[in-house]
Amino acid sequence: MNTKKDHLIHLPALTDEIIKLLENLSNTAGVSGNENAVRAIVRDEIIGFVDALHTDALGNLIALKKAKIENPLKVLIAAHMDEVGFMLVEKESDGIFRFKVIGGIDERALPGKPVQIGKNQKPGVIGACPVHLSTREERERILAVDSLRIDTGPGTSDIQPGEYGTFATKFMRMGPSICGKALDNRIGVATLIQLIKYCPESIELIAAFTVQEEIGLRGAKVVAFHYEPDVAFVIDCTPANDQPAWDESENTRYKTKLNQGPAIYTSDGRTMYDYRLIRYLTSICEDYAIPYQIRQPGPGGTDAGAIHLSKSGIPTAAISVPGRYAHTAAMIVRIADWEKHFQLMTAALAHIHADVLKADR
Amino acid sequence: MKNLLNTLTQTFGPSGYEKEIRNFIQKEIEPFVDEIHIDALGNLIARKGTQKQDGKRIMISAHMDELGVMASHIDKDGFVYIAFIGGINPLTCFGTRVKFMDGTEGVVYAETKKMNKIPDVTQLFVDVGASSKEDCPIKVGDVGVFVRPFLDLGNRVVSKALDDRIGCLITIETLKSIKDSPNELYFVFTVQEEVGVRGAVTSAYAIDPDMGIAVDVTISSDVPGGEQLNPVLGKGPCVKIKDSMLISHPKVIKTMTDAAERKGIPYQMEVLRYAGTDAGAIQFARSGVPSGCLSVACRYVHSPSEMVDWKDVENSIQLLTEILEKPVIL
Repeated sequence: MNTKKDHLIHLPALTDEIIKLLENLSNTAGVSGNENAVRAIVRDEIIGFVDALHTDALGNLIALKKAKIENPLKVLIAAHMDEVGFMLVEKESDGIFRFKVIGGIDERALPGKPVQIGKNQKPGVIGACPVHLSTREERERILAVDSLRIDTGPGTSDIQPGEYGTFATKFMRMGPSICGKALDNRIGVATLIQLIKYCPESIELIAAFTVQEEIGLRGAKVVAFHYEPDVAFVIDCTPANDQPAWDESENTRYKTKLNQGPAIYTSDGRTMYDYRLIRYLTSICEDYAIPYQIRQPGPGGTDAGAIHLSKSGIPTAAISVPGRYAHTAAMIVRIADWEKHFQLMTAALAHIHADVLKADR
Repeated sequence: MKNLLNTLTQTFGPSGYEKEIRNFIQKEIEPFVDEIHIDALGNLIARKGTQKQDGKRIMISAHMDELGVMASHIDKDGFVYIAFIGGINPLTCFGTRVKFMDGTEGVVYAETKKMNKIPDVTQLFVDVGASSKEDCPIKVGDVGVFVRPFLDLGNRVVSKALDDRIGCLITIETLKSIKDSPNELYFVFTVQEEVGVRGAVTSAYAIDPDMGIAVDVTISSDVPGGEQLNPVLGKGPCVKIKDSMLISHPKVIKTMTDAAERKGIPYQMEVLRYAGTDAGAIQFARSGVPSGCLSVACRYVHSPSEMVDWKDVENSIQLLTEILEKPVIL
C-alpha cells in the first residue's frame, strides 16, 4: 500500500456549508421510485465538477470523472438517493387516505406521526386513537398499516392515490448530533457530492446516485451492469442500536455504536464483503488515525448486494455512517462519525490502486 | 481417494474466505486442465478441452465454501458472540468446536438461562479460553469453521463440510478421468454457495455455457423419523428433478438418466421441497441455461457430521464422466 506517512494527503473537514447541503437534501422528499427532487439538487451541485452526467432509464444519476492517465482503475462509488416513505392507495373520504409503506418501516413507528404528501408537500398526519379512548388490550396490539389512515384534512381534490409521502420531520442540529427524516442516505449523497470534488486524477470515477435501494437494491443493479467498474465502494447509513439492554446486561446486538467512527462491513444478508478491500480500508484508518468500527455481521444489505454480483463479479466494499432510529421519523447521527466517514472515503479514493486487488481473494 | 476427501473436508474455507481450499484444489487439478483462472469473487474456473463438432460448452459446478461463523461481538469476559455463515441449526452447535482463521479454537455454547427453547444465533457464543475482552485473540469480523475430523466407516464416510467437498471430490476425480470429449468443459469450484449461490452467478455469466450441472449433496431420508423424501444412501447418484430454486431442464435430466442407463449405473430421482444449489443460479445466466444437478444422498446435512455412502460417490464419478464424455443433445 502506498499510504506511507509522507504520502498522506490533507483531509478535508465537514464545513457548515456541507451540513447546510445535507439539511436541504434531508428535508427534500425522495421516496423510492420518486427521487426526482433529490436528483435535481445533486445535479446542480456537481454539474461544474464532472466530465459527464447521465440519468439512466431507472432514474439513477451517474457522474463520470475521467482520469489523466492511460488504463486507469475504474472506481464506482454508489450512494442511494431514495428514502423510505408512503404511497397513498385509496381515497376513503375527503382528506382520509389508505396508504402503504414503501421500504422497511416498523408499523409501530407510524401512528401519530406528521407526514407530507405529494409534490407540494401537503401536510397530513397518520391518525391514531387517543389514549383516553383505547382499551389496554388495544394499546398492546400493534396497529397494522392496513388499519391506519393518513388524514390531510378536507379540500384534497388535488391529492390522488399514487402520490408519495414522507415523514414531515425537519432537519435539526442537536449539539454534536444531527437529526432528520432521510439522513439514510442523504448523508451518503452529500458525501459523494464532496468526493467528486476531491477525486484524484489517477482513477476514473463513476459516481452513482442510485434509486430504489430501499425496495431491493434495484438502481445499483443496472448501474453496475452498464459501467462495469473494476472496484466499487458503497456509502450508506446503518443502524446503531447501542443503548444499554433493559436488564443492564451487556448489549451484544448493537450493530454499530455512535462515536466509534465509520462502520466497515464484513458480511450482511446480501454480501460477503471483499476482505482485500476491508484490509485496505482499515489500513487507511490506521495510517490516518481515523477511528473505525466493524459493523456486526448479520441481516441487512446495501447496494453492494447487487453490485458485487454484476457480470463476472466486482470487488466491493461498504462503509456506513452509524445512526440511531433508522427508518423511523427521526434518525440521529453524530457529526463526528460523518466527518470521519467522509475523511476515510476521501483518503481511500486518493490512495486506491490496482495493487490492492492483486492479492488472491 | 479417501485421503483426498479427508484433506478436502479438513481444509479451511467458509463462504467468502475460500482462499485456502481453492489453493489446494488448484494444485490438485492443474496438471489435468488446459486453462485455469480465478475471478473477482474467488471462483476457481478450469477449462478442459475445446468444443468439437457435436460438442457443447458445459459448466460443472461444485462449491468450495463450507458453513462457518463470524465473530459479531467480544464481551467483557472474552466470550465471542457469533453470526452464522450459511444455514445452520443452532441445535447442532451445542458443545461443538470452531476454529478461527488464525488457528484459535473454542467451544460453542448458548446463554443458559434462555435455554428453555431453541436459542437464536444471537444467544450463541464461542469460549476461546479468554477471560477478558483484552486477552481475547478474536476480533469482530473474524471467521471460523466447525471442527470435526474425517471418519472412515468403510462403506460410509463422515465429516464436516461433506457439503460440498464431496462434490469437489467427484468433480476433481471426473476431470482427472476424462480422456476425450467433444465438449468444452468448464469445471468451476464456486464460492459463497451457502450464503445464496453467489459464486455461480458470476462464473456462469463469464462462461456463458450451453448447459449447467451442479454437483452437490441432497437430504437422505433413511434415518429414524426422517423426512418424506426419496433419496437414500447407497442406491446411487440422485438426478435432481426440482428443488425450491430450480426445475431441472428435461433434456438435462434425460442426458443424465441416459448416461446412467448406458453404463448400468444405479440412480435415484430427487424431488426436494426446499433449498437450492448452484444450478439455481446457473439457469439464470444471461439468456438462460438448461441446468440440472447431480446430487449425492447425505445424512445430517448442515450438521458438523454429514454422512454419505462411498459406493454412491464412486458411481457419481462414473456417471458424471459418462455424461461429459459423450455428445449432449439439448
